Amino acid sequence: MINTENMIKVVVIDRDDKRHELDAPTDMNMNMMELCKSYELPVEGTCGGMAMCASCHMYVLSSHEIGERSDDEEDMLDEAFFVEDNSRLGCQIKLENSLDGLEIKLAPVG
Amino acid sequence: MIQTDIIIIGAGPVGLFTVFEAGLLKLKCHLIDSLPQPGGQCSEIYPKKPIYDIPAHPFILAGDLTEQLMEQIKPFSPGFTLGERAEFIEKDDEDQFTVTTNRGTKHRAPIIAIAAGLGCFEPRKPPVEGLLDFEDKGVEYIIKDPEFYRGKKVVISGGGDSALDWTVFLADVASEVTLVHRRSSFRGHPDSVQKVMDLAEAGKITLLTNAEVVGVGGDNVLCSVEVKHKSDGLSHIELDHWVPLFGLSPKLGPLGEWNLNISKNAIEVDTFDYSTNIPGVYAVGDINTYPGKLKLILCGFHEATLMVQSAYKRIYPTKNLVLKYTTVTGPPGIQS
Ligand SMILES: Cc1cc2nc3c(=O)[nH]c(=O)nc-3n(C[C@H](O)[C@H](O)[C@H](O)COP(=O)(O)OP(=O)(O)OC[C@H]3O[C@@H](n4cnc5c(N)ncnc54)[C@H](O)[C@@H]3O)c2cc1C
Ligand code: FES
Repeated sequence: MINTENMIKVVVIDRDDKRHELDAPTDMNMNMMELCKSYELPVEGTCGGMAMCASCHMYVLSSHEIGERSDDEEDMLDEAFFVEDNSRLGCQIKLENSLDGLEIKLAPVG
Repeated sequence: MIQTDIIIIGAGPVGLFTVFEAGLLKLKCHLIDSLPQPGGQCSEIYPKKPIYDIPAHPFILAGDLTEQLMEQIKPFSPGFTLGERAEFIEKDDEDQFTVTTNRGTKHRAPIIAIAAGLGCFEPRKPPVEGLLDFEDKGVEYIIKDPEFYRGKKVVISGGGDSALDWTVFLADVASEVTLVHRRSSFRGHPDSVQKVMDLAEAGKITLLTNAEVVGVGGDNVLCSVEVKHKSDGLSHIELDHWVPLFGLSPKLGPLGEWNLNISKNAIEVDTFDYSTNIPGVYAVGDINTYPGKLKLILCGFHEATLMVQSAYKRIYPTKNLVLKYTTVTGPPGIQS
């Protein structure tokens, strides 16, 4: 049985501007990079989520509070392209109940 | 022409361990890697990170794992072609393959083991329109010979160690050096950051932070770049060279054109022996795919072990292979 208490909805807009509404568990220690991969959306996640590859670059479109970028995340974004003020590494966005309704867009691949 | 039993493409952990397992069967190996050092992802992406799932190593740094593997295969004296990318593959009428690199080095063997991981590590290219037209005509992603820049006007982009180190080095070589970086802080080594700051203060280099190169211009050769500053718009810089240094990322590369069955950037194999659709060509480690595949070092080691058994039977169809424990045969490479 799915426990709806620990499920949120997240919207991911892919690189062809297609909207995907995803059910995201918040009790499995998952992040946005992993969620996208688990739905087979085109996110590489080469480094496995250690903020070491920038292959999970995405933009946060909604106004959810996600917490500041860490130094590691900032450093890695230096190697990404098309970086905007709302750029984040998906692997550094932990799925939590407060992120219900989160909307993100996958960044282009350089 | 380098002649061997198994040409291994990729000197990551799985390619290296393939040498060991092949060596136990007295098969000689030669490794080709586009990186200048062995170790693949372990040495290029995360040498200082501990790995916890290598059997019998409660933890081991990725860099140490590479060193230990190099030590383990030493008795079998494998050959290495490093810093060259395997580009072409051909089969001759003696059932042998020739693999040629981008520098023209030729290798010949009856067996090819592709252990190419996520592919070749290639420089990340900024998405600037027209950039490709100026490659090697003023745009370089790697500095091979600093003397090349003597007396020239150079713009470097990036915020990591290589951007900082080359800025410091070229300050004394080039006529003008400008470093362009997206942020105001740098991720490089604090010493290098300080040196760059000092040079900028002394007027020996120009430091443009919160800025990005967004355009390139010139007839045939690069003459200028357009720089976008976060607060005060665009500016135009005249130059001879632009060197964007944004690190490396893996790309499948030439293997994609070898008529192998590829699915999702990986080579399809038969899990019986990790053979590909081309007889004599195998694929092990992160580069292969099959139902249930996990991209783990441990799994790559297992694949390499089974693969060389099949390779042996292909080379010596009439010889029967009996599994011998290494405890029985003694130290590798020494037994007759
Ligand atoms: C940050 C990070 C953490 C990880 N943590 C773990 C972990 O804890 N446990 C674990 O088991 N795994 C981990 N992995 C995965 C592990 O590193 C890989 O599974 C492993 O490196 C695969 O080894 P490989 O030899 O198949 O390929 P790679 O290590 O990718 O090596 C392939 C080599 O082939 C070369 N190459 C490719 N194409 C060509 C060509 N045409 N010509 C010449 N050379 C070529 C490349 O330059 C590269 O050096 C991690 C990976 C990363 C990035
Ligand atoms: S998965 Fe590598 S930085 Fe996020």
